[in-house]
Order: sequence, then structure tokens, then C-alpha cells
Amino acid sequence: MPKVELRKRALVIEDIYHEGGPVAATPYRRAAILSVIKNPFAGRFVEEIESFSNDLKPLGLEMAKALIDALGGDPSKIEGYGKGAIVGSAGEIEHGALWHAPGGYGMREALGGALAIVPSAKKVAGAGARLDVPVTHKDASYVRSHFDSIEVGLADSPRADEILLVLAMTTGPRVHNRAGGFKASDIKVKDGLR
Amino acid sequence: MKAKIRKLVTIVEETRRELDREVDPPTRRAAAIAVIENPFAGRYVEDLSELIDIGEELGALLAEKAVAALGITGGQAQSYGKAAAVGENGELEHAAAILHPKLGAPVRKVLEKGAALIPSSKKRGGPGVALDVPLGHKDAAFVRSHFDGMEVRIADAPRANEILVAVAITDSGRPLPRVGGLKSDEIKGVDGLR
Repeated sequence: MPKVELRKRALVIEDIYHEGGPVAATPYRRAAILSVIKNPFAGRFVEEIESFSNDLKPLGLEMAKALIDALGGDPSKIEGYGKGAIVGSAGEIEHGALWHAPGGYGMREALGGALAIVPSAKKVAGAGARLDVPVTHKDASYVRSHFDSIEVGLADSPRADEILLVLAMTTGPRVHNRAGGFKASDIKVKDGLR
Repeated sequence: MKAKIRKLVTIVEETRRELDREVDPPTRRAAAIAVIENPFAGRYVEDLSELIDIGEELGALLAEKAVAALGITGGQAQSYGKAAAVGENGELEHAAAILHPKLGAPVRKVLEKGAALIPSSKKRGGPGVALDVPLGHKDAAFVRSHFDGMEVRIADAPRANEILVAVAITDSGRPLPRVGGLKSDEIKGVDGLR
């Protein structure tokens, strides 16, 4: 079983006060945590890769907890989430897909439960590539005020034989949200959608 | 505050490995970035004192944010740098007004010292432009292990009428430094050079 080898960790926090409209009393916060790990399957086709997903579980949980801490430490203040991966050029997109389970598990565990599917994005790219990580409400995917995304990337990552793994969280709706649709206050069904 | 802040972004990077070598303790650097309105966008203004005062405010705010993000005391900081990116309706001189006359003193106050010049860079660019913030040892500019740079960028900034202002602070030099020169334990830290 390949071991998870971490080269670099990064944390990005955005405090958004306004976007041309009224200044928010409490800034809207969105944050992402990035881990750059070695891709154990780089440079060759490996059929059995799924077990690496389990190896990534502790990392997913640790990243989720660190991200909540960076946003103040109170899981109940987290309202939106997302995840993503950039696979270095000696890997395949399927290697990025290994992040789906441990990334989602880590955030649900650290948040004390979350009902909605975690939106995600991934790609194969070179060092310095940017990834738009999609964000939706953690309990109901249709909440329109919480649809957002955060762009992340690191100048030196991922190298060809690396994978950059990302988790993202937000503390509320977009700062000037006014595009209507399903509201967070309307969440009833608890099916992860509404 | 004189500065009209739209957004604050904090980035922390922690490097744990380089190639096959462990970096122990990991090197860490942080950048705190403010996205502010450019009060002089779109017109030539002779007297830039408003931006000079804004630089003073931001020096304190951003240095405090970066030190807090690293979880260290100001005195534990080892190197620093500053940079600004002016949106397309501004002048390079606007970045100079923020960075050079008054931003440094409050940064040094937060760091408890800072005999060395704060290395800087500036440019004009559109949203998402990459800004390379130069880094140098805070008490002795010749410390070779601490010559470095940190790339920062924010996807939606600077807008045409905005300025992005960054202060970067580290608690370490480069990972695995080995190109000789003046070492941090050899400095006097009086003249800012050695």
C-alpha cells in the first residue's frame, strides 16, 4: 500500500467585505487548504489504484479540521464546501478521482455531518495551473445563495509526479447574493438537495 | 480607516519535502493581501499623500495578519517583502506611494525589529495577475539562505480601479539552503546588511 508523501501544504483565506455594494457587517469568508502529495502511480498505468483512496482518509480528515480551524474553529459556522484535485502531467485524471471519497469523508466527519454531495473539479495540468473549486451549500445543493467557487493554485505545483489536493469551505452566502432561488432558510427535506 | 478594503486574502505555505528530502522543520511563509479602491484611478493627481497614509495603515494590518497566520510572535519572523499590483486605470506611481514612504515602519513595529530594507516589487495588471513578492532577511539583507520570493494572485483582483497590496513574512529561509554566503547566525543586524 503506497504511503502518502506530503511535500507542501498551503492555506488560502479570503475575507470579502463587499463587491461594489453595501459593506457586509461580517465579511463573507471562503477558504481552501491545499496539499501537494507524491503521485504513487505517476509514469505508468496501474490497474489497482482504489486502495490509495483509503490511504488518503487521514489526510482528508486532517485537512478538513485544519480548514475549520482557519475559519475560526466552529464547525457550525461552515455553510458551503467543495473539493478538487490537479494531477501532475505524469498521472491520469483517474488518480484525481481517488480524492472523491476521502475528501468528502474528511469534511463530513469534521463538520459533524453534511447532507449535500460535495461539488468537485479536477484536471491534469502543469505546475502553476489554477483550479476553480466549486462550492455549494453543505446540506442542500439547490441553495442558490451559496453557489460559489474559489480559484486556487501554487506556482510550483503539481510537479509531473505529484497531485495537488484541495478542500474548500465558506461561511455563508455570496456577499451580495440577490439572484433568488431556493433559500437556506427553506431547507426541509433533508435529502441533500432541498 | 482611509483604505476602502474590498477583500483581504491570507495565504500560508508550508514546505515539508524537496525532492526526496524531508524539510525539518518545515519552512513556512505567509502573505496577507488587501484589495483596496484606488482613489486616483482614471485621473492624474499630483499629490499622492492619501495613498501614502493608506500604505501606513496597511503596513500594520497586513503584517499583523501574516504573523497571526503563521502563529508566531512578530519577533520570530525571519524575512519579509512587500509588493503591489495596480489595476489598469491606475499608475505605477500609486503602488510606489503605498509601498515606499510609510508602509515599512508599522511592519517593523509588528516584527519588533527589521533593520534591513524591505524588498519590493510592483506592476500594473488585470485581475488574476501574478505578483512575485521578493523576500529577504529582516535584519541583514545579505543573508543568502533567506533570498526568496512568494507568488501571490487573486483571481478577481485588481479590478481596473483597485490596488492589490501584499506583505509577505516568513519564519524561515528557503528549504535546504546550501549556496553559502552570510548565514543568519552570523549577522550583527545593525546596519541592515550584515
